[in-house]
Amino acid sequence: MSNIAVSLQNLTLAYGDTIAVPSLNLDIIDGELIALLGPSGCGKTTTMRAIAGLMKPRSGTILIDGKDVTKTPANKRGVGLVFQSYALFPHLTGFENVAFGLRLKKRPNDEIVQRVEAGLELVGLSHLATRKPSELSGGQQQRLSLARSLVMEPKVLLLDEPLSNLDARLRLDMRTELQALQRQTGITMVFVTHDQSEALALADRIVLMKNGHIEQIGSPEALYDSPQTVFAADFVGFENIFSVGLNTQNEGTTIYNNTGELTLPYQANVSHLAWRPGGVVVGSGPHKGVVTGMAFAGDKREYVITTSAGKIKADVDVSVPAIQIGEDVFFDLPESSARMLDDKATQTQFKHG
Amino acid sequence: MGQTWASRLIIFTTLLFLVGPFIIIIFAGLSAGSSLAFPPDGLSLKWYLAVFEVESFRQSFVLSMFLAVGGTLTALVIGVPAAYAICRYNIPGAETIKIIVAAPIIVPGIIVGLALLRYLVVPLEFTVTLALFLAHTALVLPYAVRVVSASLQNLRTDIEEAAVLLGCNRLQAFTKVILPNIRSGILAAFILGFVTSFNQVPVSLFLSGPGVRTLPIDMLAYMEITYDPSVAALSALLAFLSIGIVFIAEKTLGFSRYV
Repeated sequence: MSNIAVSLQNLTLAYGDTIAVPSLNLDIIDGELIALLGPSGCGKTTTMRAIAGLMKPRSGTILIDGKDVTKTPANKRGVGLVFQSYALFPHLTGFENVAFGLRLKKRPNDEIVQRVEAGLELVGLSHLATRKPSELSGGQQQRLSLARSLVMEPKVLLLDEPLSNLDARLRLDMRTELQALQRQTGITMVFVTHDQSEALALADRIVLMKNGHIEQIGSPEALYDSPQTVFAADFVGFENIFSVGLNTQNEGTTIYNNTGELTLPYQANVSHLAWRPGGVVVGSGPHKGVVTGMAFAGDKREYVITTSAGKIKADVDVSVPAIQIGEDVFFDLPESSARMLDDKATQTQFKHG
Repeated sequence: MGQTWASRLIIFTTLLFLVGPFIIIIFAGLSAGSSLAFPPDGLSLKWYLAVFEVESFRQSFVLSMFLAVGGTLTALVIGVPAAYAICRYNIPGAETIKIIVAAPIIVPGIIVGLALLRYLVVPLEFTVTLALFLAHTALVLPYAVRVVSASLQNLRTDIEEAAVLLGCNRLQAFTKVILPNIRSGILAAFILGFVTSFNQVPVSLFLSGPGVRTLPIDMLAYMEITYDPSVAALSALLAFLSIGIVFIAEKTLGFSRYV
């Protein structure tokens, strides 16, 4: 039986007349690393700010460690937040930035020095303690910001797009480092991101959000392999999504999108079918199309096949000889790689790029 | 080559035009003669020393200092919160407020002076000193708001939220995080305000009373009666004071960033 670190109950968040998050319910388990994932405007940042106390909920309850903190001001919640832009204090050295919160709490000086040094050590910045934030690189600034929050021993640490301001290599390092820090400290971490690969790589559990609602919650594996809705499927890379027609003829299935339709030789009693580009078979099969795009991606070639049902994206291993743009190809949308989605709520067909 | 010479000539002439009067004043004050003249009538430091002997100069210097320091400090006490509010909150009509705040520098000083005299001093029987103090505060306020706004705008808003999450209340977040970071802007505003107030003539011209004159006005009055080089000497001393202040400010704050 695991403890609940943060519990959001019927949380409604609004800016003026615009409801950003209508009635959200979410339990965050003690010690987990959880991602709030979704496109911009889905309410993930708003939710995070509400947990921090920077935004007053319209209605609903926020519990931290079982205590109702809905009315507790941000400075008394014991929640840490690492800002997207780090929000370091420009006039203070690295050491003083980290010491800021402890000095406010009027901790004895010995304790402050010891805890700040431990904090800087944890993020590997001990040698840069005397530098001002402007003299640190982006990655160092982020780690300083992390240390500043961690020394306060927050009950929950919130991270706003923690990897978005870093370049690709640093991003990978920081990802590993964040995970290690989380395991080491055991602090419950909630991070907000719009990048599905970031969420999949880092989180123990992902909360996929859309328009202020939770679309799906689950482990990275569950979300990746078994998206429950059209939106979720699209978000985790099922780029070919079709609606299933109501009338199935001769044991086949008609699938369609806003461009046209295809008939599959098998039955599917669901509302939508979806394939990853890697799940489409190219070179053989009952359907015919024209290759209208090809991009080399190292270990595979990414094709765009224009069919009677619009453009289909298909990835083929590089060992297979390249098909030139303009050539006709046969392809198959096999049952084995199809993701069957029963998403009655999504009526409109999914638009394709 | 010809172009270079032409542009050098223009630059030289411009600089001469700007600095020339100052040079003339310095030397006119060094005159050994007894009337204001250039080139000076022999060289001596006696008029520079004589300045300190004139009782009315000493009095008006004290008044001018009081107005410059007191008025500027008051303007900052009003201006810093105003700048903060304009920069941080979505105030309806923030642009209009900015323009109104700038009015005292846009409206000619003569008019401001006359208006204050006509509507504050005469009907309400404000003392001249109080009217002067209010006038100088108002004149300096635009600089306070503008310069402090500029340094607030360079400051990220999320550092305040960061301070709150680390345990600050709103006031602490302001004093511990915002103030230290706009300190140089505040100092710059103070210096700019001080110099503006100290050198102010048109408004102060109207607001003078028996024994109450700012230094520039007193110098004007002195010259009407006594045409000796002490006014030139005093002018040179005041110019050196201003240059000194601005020089120190530039060295310590990078003053030119704000002006």
